[in-house]
Amino acid sequence: MGHAHEYCIYIGNSGVVMVSRVVSGAHYGLRDWLMQRITAVIMAVFSVFLAGFFVLHTPLQFGDLKQLFSHDPMRYFTLLFFLSLFLHAWVGMRDILMDYVHSAVVRLALHSAVIVSLVIYFMWAVQIIWGK
Amino acid sequence: MKKQRPVHLNLFQIKLPISGIVSLLHRLSGALLFLILPFILWTLQASLNTEESCNNLINTVKYNPILKLVIMFFLWAFLHHFMAGMRFLLLDVHWGCELHQARLSAKWVMLMSIASTLAIAGWLW
Repeated sequence: MGHAHEYCIYIGNSGVVMVSRVVSGAHYGLRDWLMQRITAVIMAVFSVFLAGFFVLHTPLQFGDLKQLFSHDPMRYFTLLFFLSLFLHAWVGMRDILMDYVHSAVVRLALHSAVIVSLVIYFMWAVQIIWGK
Repeated sequence: MKKQRPVHLNLFQIKLPISGIVSLLHRLSGALLFLILPFILWTLQASLNTEESCNNLINTVKYNPILKLVIMFFLWAFLHHFMAGMRFLLLDVHWGCELHQARLSAKWVMLMSIASTLAIAGWLW
């Protein structure tokens, strides 16, 4: 259920009329707005770190890369990066689909496809980070 | 009296300001990056799996100019998304909100995303 808000509506020069309007919505706007920014900062820090590593270890060798990802802090940092990436991608893709796909059935199907893909990618990422 | 204004949002008929173009490309690049996620994960997997799979990956890219171009395109998508995102974060903390500043930063995002893509391309190959 939405909250009732009072608005002032100006009608020409004749005066002001107060109206009551119900603002509906799931109220996830601010939470998602904040999440999009926090995940962006986490990914930016990780990207700059990884870019720095590439610059310092050029040309890139398997051994250097393998060693970097063998440290537990790096593994958790990578997991945090992917978690941020998938949350960020969900909010972004959801917003794009809400804007351009007007058929509710198609939109629901695409939203579901995005969620399922991201969950699978997450499991895949865990497997890559902690695999052999 | 009703004003005559375009009520459609036909992208081929409206002229977007530079910050609108940056915003649109931010969306487009974001959607592109989402679509190539499986390739990014696959690349990470191949580079960390065995020395052989890592070298195979490097050699595949090394001798394939078309693949290099494709990778450079996605690198641009990443850099544009990154820089435009940084710009949005700065706007969120009310940095550069004046119209002329916002236009200038939008131009810088367009310029630097392309320049850095070319610089990295030149550095790698």
